Amino acid sequence: MTIMSERQEESTADSAEYALSVRNLWKIFGPRADKIIGTPEADLPRAELKRQTGCVAGVKDVSFDVAPGEVFVVMGLSGSGKSTLVRCLTRLIEPTAGTVQMDGVDVTNASDAELRDLRRKRVSMVFQHFGLLPHRQVIDNVAYGLEIRGIGKKERRAKAAEIVSLVGLDGFEHSYPDQLSGGMQQRVGLARALAGDPDILLFDEPFSALDPLIRRDMQNEVIRLHRELGKTMVFITHDLQEALKLGDRILIMRDGEIVQIGAPDEVVGAPADDYVRDFVSEVPRSHVLTLKWVMRDPRPDDSMDGPVMSCDTIVRQAAKAVLASEHPVRVVDRDERVIGIVDDDAILRVVVAEEDHA
Amino acid sequence: MSTLAPPRPEAAQPDKSPPAEVKRWVPSSRWAWALGVVVLWIGIWALTKGNDTLALAGRERTGVQDALAEFRDKVIASRGDNPLIQLTYEIGSGFTSLVDWLQRMVSVENFPRPVPEIGWLGVTAVAVWIGLAVAGWRIALLIAASFVSFGVFGYWSDAVDLLIVTFVAVAVSVLVGMPLAVLMGTGNRAVNAVMTTFLDVFQTIPTFVFLAPIALFFGIGASGAVVATLLYALPPIIRVAGHGIRTVSATTIEATDSAGQTRWQRLAKVQLPMARRTIVVGLNQTTLAALSMATIAAFVDGPGLGQPVLDYLKTVNVGGAFVPGVLIVVIAVMLDRTTTAASEYGERAARGGVDLKRRRIVLAAAAVPVLVCLYMSRTYPWAAEFGDSTWGPRLADAVNDFFGWFTDNFRDLTQGFKDLTSAVLLNPLESLLAESPWWLAAGALLLLAFVLGGLRALVPTLLCVAGLLYFGLWHDAMITLNMTLVGTVLVMVLALVFGVWMARSPKLDLVMRPLLDAGQTIPPFVYLIPVLALFGITRFTAIVAGVVYAAPVAIKLVADGVKAVSPTTLEATRSTGSTTWQEIIKVQLPMARASLVLAANQGLLYVLAMAVIGGLVGAGGLGYDVVLGFARSEEWGFGAAAGISIVLLGIMVDRIARAAAQKTSR
Ligand SMILES: Nc1ncnc2c1ncn2[C@@H]1O[C@H](COP(=O)(O)OP(=O)(O)OP(=O)(O)O)[C@@H](O)[C@H]1O
Ligand SMILES: [Mg+2]
Repeated sequence: MTIMSERQEESTADSAEYALSVRNLWKIFGPRADKIIGTPEADLPRAELKRQTGCVAGVKDVSFDVAPGEVFVVMGLSGSGKSTLVRCLTRLIEPTAGTVQMDGVDVTNASDAELRDLRRKRVSMVFQHFGLLPHRQVIDNVAYGLEIRGIGKKERRAKAAEIVSLVGLDGFEHSYPDQLSGGMQQRVGLARALAGDPDILLFDEPFSALDPLIRRDMQNEVIRLHRELGKTMVFITHDLQEALKLGDRILIMRDGEIVQIGAPDEVVGAPADDYVRDFVSEVPRSHVLTLKWVMRDPRPDDSMDGPVMSCDTIVRQAAKAVLASEHPVRVVDRDERVIGIVDDDAILRVVVAEEDHA
Repeated sequence: MSTLAPPRPEAAQPDKSPPAEVKRWVPSSRWAWALGVVVLWIGIWALTKGNDTLALAGRERTGVQDALAEFRDKVIASRGDNPLIQLTYEIGSGFTSLVDWLQRMVSVENFPRPVPEIGWLGVTAVAVWIGLAVAGWRIALLIAASFVSFGVFGYWSDAVDLLIVTFVAVAVSVLVGMPLAVLMGTGNRAVNAVMTTFLDVFQTIPTFVFLAPIALFFGIGASGAVVATLLYALPPIIRVAGHGIRTVSATTIEATDSAGQTRWQRLAKVQLPMARRTIVVGLNQTTLAALSMATIAAFVDGPGLGQPVLDYLKTVNVGGAFVPGVLIVVIAVMLDRTTTAASEYGERAARGGVDLKRRRIVLAAAAVPVLVCLYMSRTYPWAAEFGDSTWGPRLADAVNDFFGWFTDNFRDLTQGFKDLTSAVLLNPLESLLAESPWWLAAGALLLLAFVLGGLRALVPTLLCVAGLLYFGLWHDAMITLNMTLVGTVLVMVLALVFGVWMARSPKLDLVMRPLLDAGQTIPPFVYLIPVLALFGITRFTAIVAGVVYAAPVAIKLVADGVKAVSPTTLEATRSTGSTTWQEIIKVQLPMARASLVLAANQGLLYVLAMAVIGGLVGAGGLGYDVVLGFARSEEWGFGAAAGISIVLLGIMVDRIARAAAQKTSR
């Protein structure tokens, strides 16, 4: 295993700096699926492909990279191939073509044993419908991953107890899953994923089955854990609010294909097409857009007396200061260079447009 | 309440289906065609009746039957040199010595001791202790009462022997069956389909038919009994446990796979524990199947309570047969309750609902009297062997007196029922089936199969009809088919009346369900006893016993099917102001028709099984032929041909009913 990963790291030095690197990934369901890629049929729209060959393209030629510690959100409507994509990452679904690398390890060509090792130590997953073992207590559900690695009962229970309290389930160690509410069950799912101390966490719509209040709690929980543990996360959702709240970057999928990849403000500020625009039309833009998206170029006659703000400041947070100041705000980039000007009009345009919308 | 509401169009809207379905149901062209075939059949029958019926005269035997007899002689002759037959005999004698050893331990004298190693008191004490350990004190009491009743009624050895055969067979069934269940539960769809078909066919074979071929290859006595029993007990555990494993939540499997488990870990830590409850249901069914086969294995000299039942049935001593019959029921109830309670108890214990420390103390404390009982049962004659008891004979006499009194006073009633059914159903149908020329009956059956079930029914029917003709017992097969059909009609009448009633009255359901559950645990053999007392040695006894045997299953299926009709549909019907009767006829029954067909299918198979056993009490037809094959060694080939014909008949009716059910539910 170690020998292999070293070799891999050498050969793909560029991808080693990413926690996860996906190249030209395809998954086609159906008979003789592997024969389709590379033929003109592969370019057909999904419905047409299904009619002609009986195959369904779940994931079509997807490539992206995730940096260590990043929260990468994959978003799309139902049936767009999100679950298929995330399962291909650890080969719970066998990809039809393409490569997946994790920390430079080639997942797609790993042997069964290597793959098991990877799943045990490097990457864990949280599922929409929890998938807990009903015949085991919370603590033994959390310890399951350690158990199958062959770690002794005492040690794994001690570790599991730590994680159980990390996700806020103190006192429920010896309950059974069916004695817990949905939100608590998903905490168990989260704890189970964390117990093995993986580098990467995968989430497949983990909070869709929960009601809105609990969902918000759980999102905050994920944010807290990310801050404390700094793990790389790939997070699937069909809820844009959730995507914007959690994601450092967002990948938007449609019919198995990538439509856009970008930071939340990029997706809202510059939607790639009508599909994305439709998606983001309901979003309160002032909550997402940064000054970069509303500033105009500086002009020689601009007053230089206004306050200075970073271009990454979110509009809503800047609004009060901008409106209060007599002079327009100067927007600076990371090198403290002035790259634009934001005045009252610019702020009002975003905020008022929103109210019109509502 | 909803009847008061005016018909709301929007309420009825999503439930437009019932009227539409009713329309399809009533004049359904399939049934019209079937009727047409029957009318045509009757027409031709009236002209050709009595010709070419293929009835064999007295001792007449066909070439195929002689060939079967020769085959048996060859098998017996090659016991010395054919490795396959040597192997089966080896296996058989292995079972014989195992059962023998167990018998000497607990049920018969272990020479030179005049009594078994462990006397009744010790055996009972150990059984009670096990019951206490696995299922709690209530079950322990039940076991104590059951074991004492064996001795009190004078059947200690027979009852314990029956338990021995059952347990040995169940143990082997589980050892062989669980790996197959895992294969079925984890294998791909093709494996699953092949195994399901195989099990389907296997389960249509009536118990009785197993015995002759098994005895030929494995020998008679304990060996044949154990092998027949374990084969018969195998399908439930494979089927039910396999289903349980297959239906384990896919998300859980995926979630645990994603943690990096091996296939073996997946099986041992996820699939088997999650399927545990279903596996226990399979074990329960396997145990009860084993019990019913072990009882009937008396026909091949299998040890156990079946032997006294059989002996008394042969001499039509109903009271005599009644006592061991009741003890068989006692064993059935005991085993059923114990396996079910053990599973619930285990579940509770696994979830911390049982105080383990206290339980350990109780069990340790209870072990002391058990050891004392063991010691006493090896030391004192009274604790080793039950003295002669007068309870058994007294009960037998009382039962005989009761039935004597009953038949004296109610002869008109039973006789009337018998005559009426004979005149209205049995005789005309038998005349039509058995008096038709073979080509007419065969052609009509094929046409009916095609009309009712399409090609899926036609092909197996064609093969089975050809097989029946080949084995030369066409006439007898038609007689048995007649009994089966009439029995099924009666079963369906009962099932419809009680099933609908139960579905509509939760109170009745509450009362009936435990009775029906208990009824299902009783081995078929036992049902013959009381019915024999009422109707004597006639084919009618077999039919009525078959009806009683099949009724619980069929009633439950109908009740569940009718109950499953969606309440919104019913409400919508009521809101249109239909009467109760209309509600049943136009909505509940048509919508439950898949269950009705399934109930009829089960009814057919159960009644057929009983019609065969009924050969013993005057049923005639193939059942009689099989019994004859058992009784006289020179008739072996004849009996074997009859056995095969029964299997063919079973497969035929099963396939037609299934295909019809599939067409119906579409
Ligand atoms: N095993 C399978 N066989 C055939 N087609 C499949 C299979 N699994 C998924 N698909 C198809 O692939 C497409 C993508 O499915 P996927 O489950 O990945 O969507 P999703 O984005 O996760 O949707 P949802 O939000 O509903 O979970 C769908 O059209 C689906 O029908
Ligand atoms: Mg999904």
